[in-house]
Amino acid sequence: MSPEELRDLYQSVILDHSRKPRNHGEIPPPCLHAHGDNPSCGDEIDVWVKLGDQNLIADIKFTGQGCAISQASASMMTVKVKGKTTEAAAAMREDFRRVVMGDGQPQDEDALGELTLLEGVQKFPQRVKCAMLGWRALEQALESAGK
Amino acid sequence: MDWQRIRDDFPILQQEVNGHPLIYLDSAASSQKPRSVIAALTHYYERDNANVHRALHALSMRATDGFEAARRTVARFLSAASENEIIFTRGTTEGVNLVANAWGSAHLKPGDVILSTGMEHHSDLVPWQLAAQRTGAILKHIPVLDDGTLDMEAFEKLLAPEVKLLALVHISNSLGTINPVREMCAKAKALGATTFVDAAQSAGHIPLSVQDIGCDFLAFSGHKVCAPTGIGVLYGRMAMLEAMPPWHGGGEMILSVTLDSCTFKPPPARFEAGTPDIAGAIGLAAAIEYLEAIGLSNIEQHGLQLAQHALKKLGSIEGLRILGPTTGPRGSLVSFHCEFAHPHDIVEWANTYGIAMRGGHHCTQPLMKRFKVPGSTRASFYLYNTTQEIDRLAEVLESARKFFS
Repeated sequence: MSPEELRDLYQSVILDHSRKPRNHGEIPPPCLHAHGDNPSCGDEIDVWVKLGDQNLIADIKFTGQGCAISQASASMMTVKVKGKTTEAAAAMREDFRRVVMGDGQPQDEDALGELTLLEGVQKFPQRVKCAMLGWRALEQALESAGK
Repeated sequence: MDWQRIRDDFPILQQEVNGHPLIYLDSAASSQKPRSVIAALTHYYERDNANVHRALHALSMRATDGFEAARRTVARFLSAASENEIIFTRGTTEGVNLVANAWGSAHLKPGDVILSTGMEHHSDLVPWQLAAQRTGAILKHIPVLDDGTLDMEAFEKLLAPEVKLLALVHISNSLGTINPVREMCAKAKALGATTFVDAAQSAGHIPLSVQDIGCDFLAFSGHKVCAPTGIGVLYGRMAMLEAMPPWHGGGEMILSVTLDSCTFKPPPARFEAGTPDIAGAIGLAAAIEYLEAIGLSNIEQHGLQLAQHALKKLGSIEGLRILGPTTGPRGSLVSFHCEFAHPHDIVEWANTYGIAMRGGHHCTQPLMKRFKVPGSTRASFYLYNTTQEIDRLAEVLESARKFFS
């Protein structure tokens, strides 16, 4: 855990997302929504999803507050999953989890694209939950579809 | 006082973290232990370990002697009238819960008011919320002003005959504010209210006397005063303790037991069911003796000097806002908000330079909401810290500002 490794983690792309989050805001109902938080650190992410035909994520927005990692990760997530099917988003989530936890190879690294920039989180295990917070909220929002 | 030499008493400080000399700025969360405390624990476990109060063999008598001597040391440390006013607990949190349960169940009725403040640690808030739910009492809070001090005008207005308890923190763990506990306890007592002081951040940092404060109850934690984790103290004025029913039942707290009933020992035993943290109490006594040898007034001065140095150095960093009082007396900690990065990013950044700090809500979520920040970064100091360490912190924060801005 050197300053250099931390600088690697907070690359320009990540800092850019945390300063200027993409797809920031709320989607008016009807839509799917979930709130995710990390009680231990107080980080929060709310995710709103509008599903189109054939389980397509037609629109997605988020709001939240927390560290650069949690907010940048959520922002990058929204860019990646917009226009994808919920199945593709679930696969991406699992691949992303593998990358940030250093838990085996992702099935489809190309699909992850710039999300792999967060692989530096591996060296900071206590930050894995920050990187996953938006993804957890997205999963909960999508699960609420059937309910 | 040669503060540099004090550092040599703390073996843990002689290490590197992430390739840098450790700079430990998280003593408000937990303090480090001097060699004498570690030696007292080792001695106890290697020579005297046995259960207290129950057996007539040599080790049990030695353990009992050590445990009860520790009670006298704590009584002297707090200027209690008698060692029987000292109850050993697991920490401040257990002390608050003990009073909220044992005193609360005996004295709180529907409509009674528990008066507290908007700057309490969750441990001096949640137990009162639970007590209010159980008894029908109402919990009210003295607001916090923009400068991090209590709104004393509001306090005067909140003082009403319904107030049965004033429970407040001595030094805020989030802001460093030192509350005028003596004056406030006097005003509450004039109304006939009972008073409780959370001394988690003041014990071991400034001279503390329950006679001077004039409170009925006071709690602190051992691990924040150079003693082990798992031991703490609740002071209770004897008349209050005698009028309280037990909280936990078990061995050691009873006079006689039949299958259907029992009679209880007088305080403090009534409130110490089960085998206590004997080693912890002995370690706490060693810690108090260590601090007293240096002098609590010296430690107070050193702490204030560090806080003032930090206010000056950190306060000059662009985009950094200090929370809490910036002038006058204050506890030995500085909380701040950085426009350029979230507290967790700052803490992580500092950690890579070997600096240990805390970022987040510091178990004071209502207070963070009050100051409209998601959390703060806190540098907290103790007798083993130096102004050079604060200078280094300022450099590292400046580098974070450049990187994150």
